[in-house]
Amino acid sequence: MSTPYAKLPGWVEYGLVPLINLAVAFIVAGLVVLLVGENPFEAAYHLINGAFGRGEYIGFTLYYATTFIFTGLAVAVAFHCGLFNIGGEGQAYVGGIGVALACLWLDQTMPWYVVFPIAIVGSAFFGALWAFLPGWLQAKRGSHIVITTIMFNFIASSLMVYLLTRVLKPLGSMAPQTRTFAEGGQLPKLDWLLSVFGLNIGTAPFNISFLLALVAAFAVWVLIWRTKLGYEMRTMGHSASAARYAGIRESRITVIAMMISGGLAGMMALNPIMGEQFRMQLDFVQGAGFVGIAVALMGRSHPGGIIPAAILFGVLYQGGAEIAFEMPSISRDMIVIIQGLVILFAGALENMFRPAITRVFAMRGQRAAAVVQTKGA
Amino acid sequence: MDFFHVLVVLLESTIRVSVPLVFAALAGLFTERAGVFDIGLEGKMLGAAFAAGAAAAVAQSVWIGLIAAILISVLLSLVHGYASITQRGNQIVSGVAINFIVAGSTVILGEAWFRQGGRTPALAEGARFQIVNFPGADAAREVPILGPIYADLLSGHFLLTYLAFAMVPISWWILYRTRFGLRLRAVGENPGAVDTAGISVIWLRYRAVICCGILCGFAGAYLSLAMTAGFVKGMTAGKGYIALAALIFAKWRPKNVMLACLLFGFLDALAIRLQGTPLPLVGQVPVQLMQALPYILTVILLAGFIGKAIPPKAGGVPYVKER
Repeated sequence: MSTPYAKLPGWVEYGLVPLINLAVAFIVAGLVVLLVGENPFEAAYHLINGAFGRGEYIGFTLYYATTFIFTGLAVAVAFHCGLFNIGGEGQAYVGGIGVALACLWLDQTMPWYVVFPIAIVGSAFFGALWAFLPGWLQAKRGSHIVITTIMFNFIASSLMVYLLTRVLKPLGSMAPQTRTFAEGGQLPKLDWLLSVFGLNIGTAPFNISFLLALVAAFAVWVLIWRTKLGYEMRTMGHSASAARYAGIRESRITVIAMMISGGLAGMMALNPIMGEQFRMQLDFVQGAGFVGIAVALMGRSHPGGIIPAAILFGVLYQGGAEIAFEMPSISRDMIVIIQGLVILFAGALENMFRPAITRVFAMRGQRAAAVVQTKGA
Repeated sequence: MDFFHVLVVLLESTIRVSVPLVFAALAGLFTERAGVFDIGLEGKMLGAAFAAGAAAAVAQSVWIGLIAAILISVLLSLVHGYASITQRGNQIVSGVAINFIVAGSTVILGEAWFRQGGRTPALAEGARFQIVNFPGADAAREVPILGPIYADLLSGHFLLTYLAFAMVPISWWILYRTRFGLRLRAVGENPGAVDTAGISVIWLRYRAVICCGILCGFAGAYLSLAMTAGFVKGMTAGKGYIALAALIFAKWRPKNVMLACLLFGFLDALAIRLQGTPLPLVGQVPVQLMQALPYILTVILLAGFIGKAIPPKAGGVPYVKER
């Protein structure tokens, strides 16, 4: 008995099962709202209204979604290779160095379309660098990737505090952040994209890095399902021993997969640094690396699933702010609970409802077969 | 003499910050030795700290606080157990989920129940642990060398502090000298063999997870009932992960766990002490480097540059009977 569960049709496997898991996560979150003494339906109304009620809200929702597409893709790429990269948070944080350096160097002399590509390369480079060491240590020295990447998150946080308080901070300033970038370090907003639908973006920082995120999602799909490297990664993810038997160089693939994953996580830094704050601040990642885990689990590690999952978390982040505003007893920490519940039900407990669903479909299959038989007779 | 005085103060604060690490790392020792990875130590500790702070404030009793801490922590352990033992889910994912759920709900519930910005009310004397002074501690302080060691290092801690260090030999005894401990270690190395011997792998792992919950409960209660008078949001501040690092650093052995926790606690105490004071030879050490040192040391150890840390063989693998 190698596969404990029977195969289900595609739409059930990739549509119904995640939806049921998600629904359970939201029901439990609703119970928490009840426990706090508020009406869950009212909270849900504010959530939806806060995320979609106005052009500006939609802009914010998509701005958050941009960030989560990058971190979700990062986790997914490593998942396909059988690696759990829990270090997206640290990789995104360190990736910020690349963005900040490019902007500090060129922002006063060059237009954004020159700075942006350099910042992309810089962020991906620093993110990949921070993922390279854990990957290399796993491949060559056998240390567990999960533990190493957790440790690297903490090391990154100490490193960035050091850099922002001692090195990158302008002279005479007290705040632990870089100087504000000039025009060249500021990405243009995608207001034209929303105005096509007759929406006004207002102050929302929805910017061009959203398009980069979509390109990255497509590139990941090509990489995983249409290239030799992707095939080797998936083989390793399914069975490391089979990969070894087929002559795939395990350590090489591990390091490459981790570096791609880290590079994607690092590119997340473009969105808040060049798109919203126009400077690098302490803690600009704000847990987005961990949201990436939830996004990748919900999206079943497929770019086609990751984009809607990232938008869902964008809705939670933007709509959650609105709930916190309208219902003071529910702070934004509600999002953290929902995030945890989604990780629990879509990740660790993903098979909880599978036996029941399988049974329902097996019964339906038998009935259909019986109908065919009686008609034939 | 002045140097000696500084050393005593430093060691005293080392003991104080090591206690939650010792409890949490021993908690991790039980589950990981049984083959269930647990990165949810942080969450369990935080949940226990909140439960302790909230229950002690409402009931005005330190013992009810302690019991609440243990109950909540065991409950969270059972969620982790259900996901990773019964449902055979990914143990890392489950641990991450628990950390998030607790981090969010302690703030939401704390704010809803007490309205003090995610804190629980400050605890009065009877609702928190008091310092235990050994007989004659004050009189003995005047004795050179031995006096301060007796009065400040051995005496003058909380009950839970002594319990934490007592748990080290107790855990060793349970794991290495009882039938339960032998089976627990076996189930982490080769669950198939344990199953063949007619012992339930599932039930054994559940019991290990419950032991973990109890110990994390003590760790959390120490934070909010002894170290401070009440719960503050996010008060574990990564201690669960440091404990995890200590557990690996100790190569999953009880005595080493205590030493690793003391080492990491010492680094923490030293970092606070050295803030802003230059050292001879090296000059001023950035405080961030000191804070990152436990993590850096663990990475170096895991890479096999200081001995080799070999985890329990069946760690992280759910047991499927039919295989």
